[in-house]
Amino acid sequence: METVFKRPKSLIDVPFHYCPGCTHGIVHRLVAEAIDELGIEGRTVGIAPVGCSVMAYDYFACDMIEAAHGRAPAVATGVKRSDPDNLIVFTYQGDGDLASIGTAETVHAAARNENITVIFINNAIYGMTGGQMAPTSLPGQVTQTSPYGRDPKACGYPVKICEMLSELQGPEYLERVTVNNVKNVRNAKRAIKKAFQNQIDGKGFSLIEVLSSCPTNWGMTPKDALKWIDDHMIPYYPLGVYKDRSNGIDKFAAKED
Amino acid sequence: MTRKYLFAGFGGQGLLFSGKVLAYKGLIEDKNVSWLPSYGPEMRGGTASCGVTISDDPIGAPIVLEPDVLVAMNLPSLDKYESKVEPGGYIFVDSSLIERKVQRDDVKVYYVPATKLAGEIGASTLANMILVGKLLKELGDYDEETVDKALGKCISARHADLLDLNRKAMETGRDYK
Amino acid sequence: MSEKVLMKGNEAIAEAAIMAGCRHYFGYPITPQTEIAAYMAKRMPKIGGTFLQAESEIAAINMVYGVSSAGKRVMTSSSSPGISLKGEGISYLAGTDLPAVIVNAQRGGPGLGGIQPSQSDYFQATRGGGHGDYHIIVLAPSSVQEMAELTIKAFELADEYLMPAMVLADGTTGQMMEPVSFDFEIKEPPAKPWATTGTKCERPHNIANSLYLDPEKLERINNERYKRYEIVKEKEAKAEEYLTEDAEIVVTGFGIAARIARNAVDEARAKGIKAGLIRPITLWPFPDKPFKKAAEHAKRFISVELSMGQMIEDVKLATECRVPVDLCYRVGGMIPSPAQVLESIEKAAQEVK
Repeated sequence: METVFKRPKSLIDVPFHYCPGCTHGIVHRLVAEAIDELGIEGRTVGIAPVGCSVMAYDYFACDMIEAAHGRAPAVATGVKRSDPDNLIVFTYQGDGDLASIGTAETVHAAARNENITVIFINNAIYGMTGGQMAPTSLPGQVTQTSPYGRDPKACGYPVKICEMLSELQGPEYLERVTVNNVKNVRNAKRAIKKAFQNQIDGKGFSLIEVLSSCPTNWGMTPKDALKWIDDHMIPYYPLGVYKDRSNGIDKFAAKED
Repeated sequence: MTRKYLFAGFGGQGLLFSGKVLAYKGLIEDKNVSWLPSYGPEMRGGTASCGVTISDDPIGAPIVLEPDVLVAMNLPSLDKYESKVEPGGYIFVDSSLIERKVQRDDVKVYYVPATKLAGEIGASTLANMILVGKLLKELGDYDEETVDKALGKCISARHADLLDLNRKAMETGRDYK
Repeated sequence: MSEKVLMKGNEAIAEAAIMAGCRHYFGYPITPQTEIAAYMAKRMPKIGGTFLQAESEIAAINMVYGVSSAGKRVMTSSSSPGISLKGEGISYLAGTDLPAVIVNAQRGGPGLGGIQPSQSDYFQATRGGGHGDYHIIVLAPSSVQEMAELTIKAFELADEYLMPAMVLADGTTGQMMEPVSFDFEIKEPPAKPWATTGTKCERPHNIANSLYLDPEKLERINNERYKRYEIVKEKEAKAEEYLTEDAEIVVTGFGIAARIARNAVDEARAKGIKAGLIRPITLWPFPDKPFKKAAEHAKRFISVELSMGQMIEDVKLATECRVPVDLCYRVGGMIPSPAQVLESIEKAAQEVK
């Protein structure tokens, strides 16, 4: 009998520590499938962040590095530059890590068009520390540190990473996807694989923002959480390609040096 | 023997370079040498200085606080360092830029209109090297071969024309009476 | 390259790093150490290396962390305020047992402080500087020749003991020019089977990590690390002694302070005072032994520092407070003169009579 579905080789056979209904597991799997399909496991190094996916180093079968909070793009820069012709380097970061404490590292890795792949999990909340306001929490969103709802007057507006980075000439590829239904999961897979392919082709910085759910800290059932992505997150964070230089989606296309 | 030199003046007068030529000359003569510039904003237009120590023995502090030889290329420098020169030491004054005379009588003083002379020989930026030429002459230390070698170390081969000009400036200083 | 060349201390560090096989340098401009970055920017592209001006000191040290994880020799440099920013990364390097070389050309502090030379980062360097129980190897050059020598040594020690090593210089030693010979024998770096260089699908994955949520495991890892530190203390502590054998007044200082102190010791000897000098070359590990030995006959120690008195505590610890220790210091970018040190020596000599 033919096996049509199994654990990707690039994932180690251990149980995830993630909460029920959390979409980290899906994204881990998509990253592992992309690595398997591109045949790059033996030369891939992943950088884990600080946040819920801090222990991603126990799950991916490739070499892994655990970075300080927010510094994954800088660590990835070092790793990539140590052996640029051979190594494939990806970071896996949450919204607090990438869009708050590590904004500078993110922006400058993108500006340098550092030839790395960034997987950005945006679930609009700090998960590991128990549900505080994230840089991407929506206006009005109730969290432990915005108990009356995020008030933009007091704590500003959410950071839209894909939009912001698309203003830079540097990066190669920026796309926002989600994994809240089968169709969207398949689309996310395509985008993640392309982000790795770009690196193999030496095209430079690719970032895939994945709108994700956090049922535990959102205080919802997994099913309601997936619906909340549709109803609240996607309207604020529209899905789509924000930059794809090689395919002409680039506001700098006409002005390139 | 240990001799401590201090070059002082405005940033941009080539003080660091003069010190470097002197230090290289010491190195070529197999002496111990150290060279220490003032650094930071004062390099950009304010008073700047550069201390050089040349010694037969290992050099302790590289900071020149009480020089045996002072080269003063502006008035604030002479005002600041005149009293610091060791008794029996030397002061070389660029008399094109400093009108007043040295007050002390326990040091040997030489007035050289270095900036004016530099203009006359078509080397307007090399007043510093005219003073180095004079200094070496008066200290009985002007050896053409080592001077040439030291200049060669401090000026890259691509700028051979500068080498000639520096040599000319030093000779002008050496021959100035 | 055995011919002596005149070079700035900062440039000698950069050239020595390249000789030691360092092909990756990350930095951020700050006075008074920018010559290192400038030198690397010029040389690295010509020898197939990487020079990258990072967006911050924090990014630079984390780039260092990345290269080191991948098993290559790597360096960053900065000056005091920038080293504070690197503190986080240095703690991570220590917690992950990774080698790296960090140069600190110290300037006056605290805060933005000044840009003139200082030694006031002694505590920060010798106690680790970041959070957690750890040490880094700290080497204190006092000449341009030593800037080169100790930079190479820093790479070797970092690799041997799997810990960061710091070259603790200052504005003076970085800016001064002295003859330097690069006649060094460079040892081949050890194999690094732990490096994250890709599994090639031939081995289980390597993980570079400092996170241990199990307290028992984290305790064990800390204990093991400190056992390694004991070996470093035993084998690598180093100092230079000058006229200490019969010294009644033992002056001590590192880096530029030691050179000033040495002049004063000579002058004191000329005046008939039995003065000597201990110059620590490693600050961590601190060279306890020469101090212990000198404490047997010395009547007074004088610690000469460009700080409000930091190393003096280690002198007291090393001598178990058996002999009084005076402090002779200037701060804020000021430098004690040999005359000031001589005055301290004469005062001490008077008091111990």
